[in-house]
Amino acid sequence: MKKMKLYIDNNEVEVMEGTTILEAAQGLNITIPTLCHHEDLCIAGNCRVCVVEVEGSEMLSAACATPVSTGMRIKTNSLKVRDSRRTIIDMLLSEHAGECVTCQRSGNCELQTLAVLYGSPDNHLMDISIKTEPDRSSSSIIKDDSKCIKCQRCVRTCQEIQKIGALTMSGKGEHAKVSTFFELPLNTVVCTNCGQCVIRCPTGALVERTYIDEVWDVIGNSDVHTVVQTAPAVRVGLGEALGHDAGGRFTGQMVSALRKLGFDAVFDTNFTADLTIIEEGSELLNRLTNVIKGSGEALLPMFTSCSPGWIKFIEHQFPHLLGHLSTCKSPQQMFGALAKTRWSEKAQIEPEKISSISIMPCTAKKFEAARPEMNDSGYRDVDYVLTTRELAKMIKQAGIDFDKLDESECDSLLGKHSGAAVIFGATGGVMEAAIRTVYELVTGRPVPFENLNITAVRGMEGIREATLRIEGTVEKYNFLEGVELKVAVAHGLKNANAIMELVSQGSAPWHFVEVMACPGGCLSGGGQPIPTSPEIREARARAIYEEDESLPIRKSHENPEITRIYEEFLTDGPCGHKSHHLLHTHYTPRR
Amino acid sequence: MSISLSVKTAIEESGNSRENLMSVLQIIRSDLGTLSPAILTEVADQMGLSRADVYGTATFYSFLETTPVGKYSIRICRSISCDMKNKNAVREALENHLFIKKGETTKDGMFTLTETNCLGHCHEGPVMLVNDEIHTELTPDSAVKIIEEIRIREGVDE
Repeated sequence: MKKMKLYIDNNEVEVMEGTTILEAAQGLNITIPTLCHHEDLCIAGNCRVCVVEVEGSEMLSAACATPVSTGMRIKTNSLKVRDSRRTIIDMLLSEHAGECVTCQRSGNCELQTLAVLYGSPDNHLMDISIKTEPDRSSSSIIKDDSKCIKCQRCVRTCQEIQKIGALTMSGKGEHAKVSTFFELPLNTVVCTNCGQCVIRCPTGALVERTYIDEVWDVIGNSDVHTVVQTAPAVRVGLGEALGHDAGGRFTGQMVSALRKLGFDAVFDTNFTADLTIIEEGSELLNRLTNVIKGSGEALLPMFTSCSPGWIKFIEHQFPHLLGHLSTCKSPQQMFGALAKTRWSEKAQIEPEKISSISIMPCTAKKFEAARPEMNDSGYRDVDYVLTTRELAKMIKQAGIDFDKLDESECDSLLGKHSGAAVIFGATGGVMEAAIRTVYELVTGRPVPFENLNITAVRGMEGIREATLRIEGTVEKYNFLEGVELKVAVAHGLKNANAIMELVSQGSAPWHFVEVMACPGGCLSGGGQPIPTSPEIREARARAIYEEDESLPIRKSHENPEITRIYEEFLTDGPCGHKSHHLLHTHYTPRR
Repeated sequence: MSISLSVKTAIEESGNSRENLMSVLQIIRSDLGTLSPAILTEVADQMGLSRADVYGTATFYSFLETTPVGKYSIRICRSISCDMKNKNAVREALENHLFIKKGETTKDGMFTLTETNCLGHCHEGPVMLVNDEIHTELTPDSAVKIIEEIRIREGVDE
């Protein structure tokens, strides 16, 4: 590929053939406004906000969709460009139900930002927006077509990243809109509630269903005992929603903020992440035992079951493979079940007086909490799920100066955790945590990796594989001597789909597969701060692994509260009767 | 023909990749009539496409109807040449005759009245298409007469 020299606003720049004008300008630190463009998605070129003037051409060109050529002279800020850009933005605004004072995205809306910066001070175009009733059918996501600017980022996200295709463009011309199949409500189509569309929507057309008011109500009710849990990825995302750069860790301040908000008991989903490792690790060993030693009837590979978007995906797309899913509930649901049993007993508070609230990087967790079967204690495992964004909003509403908060620690009983739990927030983390524990259970020795870091399963490659030879087994597991444990990790449902095709054909070589619905894992879940990009995901992942290394305990089975719960509460052991009743679940085939 | 067999046949005839989708839908539209949710679900499943994708494609083309239409689709050209030759009077005559408005279907399910973009007969306007048949240089009376003839024919057929 050859290099090309061109000039942008009279600055000389040399780039590789195939580079777009937008990318070349970014290399010169020249900002060209964009809307439909997104780093994670294919080029659409439909919003026209990024138009620039190319010398010798009568027409303006879309910078995001035009490759450079040698000698090109480009103006990004000429009168003609400024006029056109303004008209384009004014026209988008004329079709947009601009409810900025009530919109969830106000203050973090790309259209609003561009309107303020480039739109007419006095938009003379007629308001032709059509107010339609938003689709509120989903427990996770609200779709409001009247705020949609038809950039199709959501359609591309659902198709390209997730390979679901729950959304499409229907109709044409003035009737074109983002639709589901036959305009059916979101809760009746293949939507996995992953929320990847939400974190890529430039406006408020796709937002999470919010439960902030309900949570304030229970906090304010002195008859209700509120118990809160926070997922591992929240602590590395929250800072961004409160004005910090990506990659900051705010665990201690977050715990302090939760106490200031008025939650009665502040715990950590990380505790049940550790518990998941014990339960899921035992389940894997049981399946391996059956296959190698026993009847051979257990289904392998076993899949992780932490990601509710992934669960709904397999229920829709591969219902015949549901038996491969670990029966473990996700850490959120395990925690909820324990809040209303173990914590209820210890704190001597009746379960009906406990409200269980979780803070998640995820929109699908809202759907998961609402699944009818998630009430094994006789009460809802989890009553309300808030996203990282909603927690940030509550912190602001309460007038808390987050940056000045001292660090503090979670309450004990369901609050202690290992580094292995923290890395659940990154793709590959559940696998790494599981290997740290399973290998040690089977051999009596720690995993043979420097500083316990299993780098083979880390990173952002869509599908990663690793093989671990098991040697020097303890007596109980001597049938595994010399076995090569084969594992795979996938993130983003498009990659999950590729794995499932192999499993469907019977040609999957693995014993254990981790799947996270969202690219990068939970750290870039649909409930995390907006925006997302490859750089942001890398920064959050670094923070997750730093947090892991900063903790004194790095393996789930060494968490003293985990030892204690099996001594005092789950006394028939991992995958025992009580665990099965409270911490395991079943799945529902869907069309 | 059953939905699944009709879809299978159309796919065998046109091909099974996404670029064959429009052709598949055209064949099925003429075999089975309006493209219902059940039909488009079958197309999506057999072609390995998302249901929404198939629906989105169908809705782009006004000749691939996804909502119920009458046995006869009357499409009056709404382009500027026909408009200048008084297509509105033709439309109103048909609306009065059929007791429906533009976009509606008669109660007996026989006729749907819509407007369409240019039919390429600008020199013979105003024009309308009844299913696949073009009718040119219409007047309000001649348009009504065409519809009445269809009614008589349908009556005799039955």
